[in-house]
Amino acid sequence: MTLELFVMVAIGGCVGAPSRYLLDRKINGRIESDLPWGTFLVNISGSLILGLVTGLSLSHHLSPLAKALIGTGFCGAYTTFSTFTLETLRLFEVGQYANAALNVTVSTLVGLAGAGIGLAIGLAF
Amino acid sequence: MVFALGIGGVVGALARYLIARALPVTTGAFPWSTFLINVTGSLALGFLVVLLLERFPRDRFVRLFMGTGIIGAYTTFSTLEVDTALLFRAHHVFVGVLYVVASLAAGLVAVWFGTYVAKVSFGHRWSRGETK
Repeated sequence: MTLELFVMVAIGGCVGAPSRYLLDRKINGRIESDLPWGTFLVNISGSLILGLVTGLSLSHHLSPLAKALIGTGFCGAYTTFSTFTLETLRLFEVGQYANAALNVTVSTLVGLAGAGIGLAIGLAF
Repeated sequence: MVFALGIGGVVGALARYLIARALPVTTGAFPWSTFLINVTGSLALGFLVVLLLERFPRDRFVRLFMGTGIIGAYTTFSTLEVDTALLFRAHHVFVGVLYVVASLAAGLVAVWFGTYVAKVSFGHRWSRGETK
């Protein structure tokens, strides 16, 4: 079981990181903004999916292997905390204090809402 | 490039999984493993970005493979949010608020400190024209 779990995390991570890159690039190519919309949308959608996966897992509708694949592997690698903090630091360093504060609070609160909604749906099954 | 990011994603996700397994968190407790992962990853990304900018400004591959791939996949935003939501659902509101605020504060300080250390270590020499 342990080895299978590691393999699932690896496969999920292998898909998650390139997905983040491709979506971030697509969004940044379309939206002209000082705010890092690409990372924001990646992190919010990933929080919603992980909430759903965690809820389904807690209500025993998802096996530990599927949770390792989609949750720990994919969602964990798809969403990113380090790019989020780096982009916030950059906004701060160029004097966009309001945008830096906005990025932190809105990402955190909308992410929490997404995670909560995902959890509630997953647990309702 | 997408292939290299996939490999980076495997490395980052497995490193995160190993740490999470090594530091299991009991229900209702402060999620130390994800906290440590996100803070160390922010520190590493801050350091890496300045190091690459100062020493290898044209090397886009390493930035994407190590920064976007490995460190991006190592740190996680979704686990932070879902763990906080779970703490709130279980009425551990104080731990949840503490966890999310501490993660944000420590993560931002860590990414700044990473860039600061790299600037002090490499930036000055680069600006003096010493490239080696």
